[in-house]
Amino acid sequence: MSDFRTCSITGLKVHLPAEKLIKINAVTAIVFLLVGGILGLLLVLTRWQAVHLLPPEFFYRFLTLHGIAMLVAWIIFWEMAALYLTSAILLNSRLAVPWVGWLQYLLMLVGGGLVAVIILLGGADVMFTSYVPLKADPLYYLGIILFAVGAILGCVVFFATLVVAKTEGTYSGSLPLVTYGAAAAAIIAIITLSHGAIVFIPTLLWSAGLIPPMDAEVYRLIFWGFGHSSQQINVCTMVAVWYMLGTLTVGSTPVNEKVCRTAFVLYILFINIASEHHILVDPGFSAAHKSWNTSYFMHLAVLASMIHAFSVPAALEVALRKKGYTRGTFEWLKKAPWGNPGFSALFLSLVGFGFLGGTTGVIFGTEQLNILSHNNLRIPGHFHATVVAGTTLAFMGATYYVLPLIFQREVAFPWLAKIQPYLFGIPIMVFSTFMMVAGGFGVSRRSADMYGSGGFSVEYSPIVDISLSIMGISGVVACLGGAAFCVIAVATLIIGKKIEAK
Amino acid sequence: MSITPVPPGWWKMPLHKEEKIWISIALIWCIAITIAMPAWHFVGQQNSSQEYYTISAEDYNTLAEDFMEKYKTGTETAGDWEWDVVTPPPGSDIFLRGMQWKWDPILKLKKGETYRLHLSSIDVLHGLSIHPLNMNFEAVPGWDYVLTITPTQAKEYRIICNEFCGADHHGMIGKIIVE
Repeated sequence: MSDFRTCSITGLKVHLPAEKLIKINAVTAIVFLLVGGILGLLLVLTRWQAVHLLPPEFFYRFLTLHGIAMLVAWIIFWEMAALYLTSAILLNSRLAVPWVGWLQYLLMLVGGGLVAVIILLGGADVMFTSYVPLKADPLYYLGIILFAVGAILGCVVFFATLVVAKTEGTYSGSLPLVTYGAAAAAIIAIITLSHGAIVFIPTLLWSAGLIPPMDAEVYRLIFWGFGHSSQQINVCTMVAVWYMLGTLTVGSTPVNEKVCRTAFVLYILFINIASEHHILVDPGFSAAHKSWNTSYFMHLAVLASMIHAFSVPAALEVALRKKGYTRGTFEWLKKAPWGNPGFSALFLSLVGFGFLGGTTGVIFGTEQLNILSHNNLRIPGHFHATVVAGTTLAFMGATYYVLPLIFQREVAFPWLAKIQPYLFGIPIMVFSTFMMVAGGFGVSRRSADMYGSGGFSVEYSPIVDISLSIMGISGVVACLGGAAFCVIAVATLIIGKKIEAK
Repeated sequence: MSITPVPPGWWKMPLHKEEKIWISIALIWCIAITIAMPAWHFVGQQNSSQEYYTISAEDYNTLAEDFMEKYKTGTETAGDWEWDVVTPPPGSDIFLRGMQWKWDPILKLKKGETYRLHLSSIDVLHGLSIHPLNMNFEAVPGWDYVLTITPTQAKEYRIICNEFCGADHHGMIGKIIVE
């Protein structure tokens, strides 16, 4: 069959149309990462109060685009690549209906591009959350809807490919764990993106002047079914990528398939409702409603993360001990392949997500403690630990394997790739930590100037100054780490040595 | 291998001892915090308010204007802003109106007295952050959020808007004076 090639490294049959879609989605993701990263640099240089670079107008505009480019475009384009990889490639199958895959790509590109252009033109200074009745240009909402529809189509292609692989018998037994995790992510994605459609379609009509505005609180409730749950797509995909990196870097096998898979099911069942922690200090919902949804359901999803927190490192330990690193309790950890960017990215992502992102999420999502963290810098501190130190770093690590396996090129600048995960991962953890410290002293998020604009002045604890300075410096270093990743990826595509197909 | 299909029988694989211990600890911990959160609702009494009403922005604005007129005791300016200073009697219903880009009025309250603070917005979402207490609540147009407050310290508090509300969001800083 001419539609396939055989991978010279893994021996897997690679469906060429699937490969093309993986390539184009991954490249687009990295372009958005680059855009979002440049904006991130400008933003951190503004919130670092001693530098305070951008005027307010551009701070708010760039902050809106930074959120969209990173949280939505970079991550979801990369996830589309991951969905095609974990279905068609890992299952030795052809990709079902590749033209729908191309439609996915075009819709997401047009939607994402439209949103970016409208924001830059000043038509949507509304932040990622675009809370009504703060109004953006109708084209902004249209762009988001097109992007979401595209992403839903990607999930459809993924599930159709699972069906194709099963009926054509391209594999035997149960799905690989990584594909199973990706399927869980795709299910959450469909639930989430439907919330997006429910909330953004009326918002578009309102913005176009066709219907009256919806209730601001109703918008907040449904929006977070999209806004936070979409982060659970990232969590789920990231955990699947952790397992994949474990296997690719040290040849690990899940310690117990039943446990890992059950944990993924817990994510599907409980993570969506947990999004209600965003409205803990809002009117309109009773305390019983708020605490029911944010305690019982949220903690069952937390249990899933706790299970992965055991089984991912346990799988690594077992694999490394099998290699003969059995002396003492920690020889396996000492002798782990720290120079392999796939492994170091996996490990730092585990630490950043688990110890900083996950724990703070549980703390800030508590009914009473939320009063002390709602909308101050504790919140972006929390999600830069989860989405940047966690998800983004894991995806970067996986990219170091996608480059040789899918793009068939050796990674350029291997010496830089070796240190890139450290250069990015460690500073971003410091950045998040000190952001949260400043938030603890009442520094507001999304503020172009925490001292106001000529009216009443505000005094802060001296700890705030030093925290924001540490945040600023580490943020700049993390941007360098991110830039190093983009340079490596782009250089690999242009000058990376081709790996000859057999 | 987590990237290759799994042969049948994986569901019947027994759990290792370490896994059982870990999952049990995690489960117990999850149950503990699940109980702790609602329990603290009753024991700690440090909850966000449960009293709220729907009200149109116009109606809320009328009530807030009436309130300011009734108890106005002076004015204060800073930069381009001017505020009414309002001194309501202890125990009364008081209003704090969020609008682009101002918290109205400046409230003068008595230490140790209890007030019913009606928080809302007449345009877009705003966020009430009482600085330096770092207490944060959402001001939502169309909703009258009633916070029963008893100031315990005599000092000047800043009211920082912490929900993005447009061009001069960072300039939206008000004041509560407790004497």
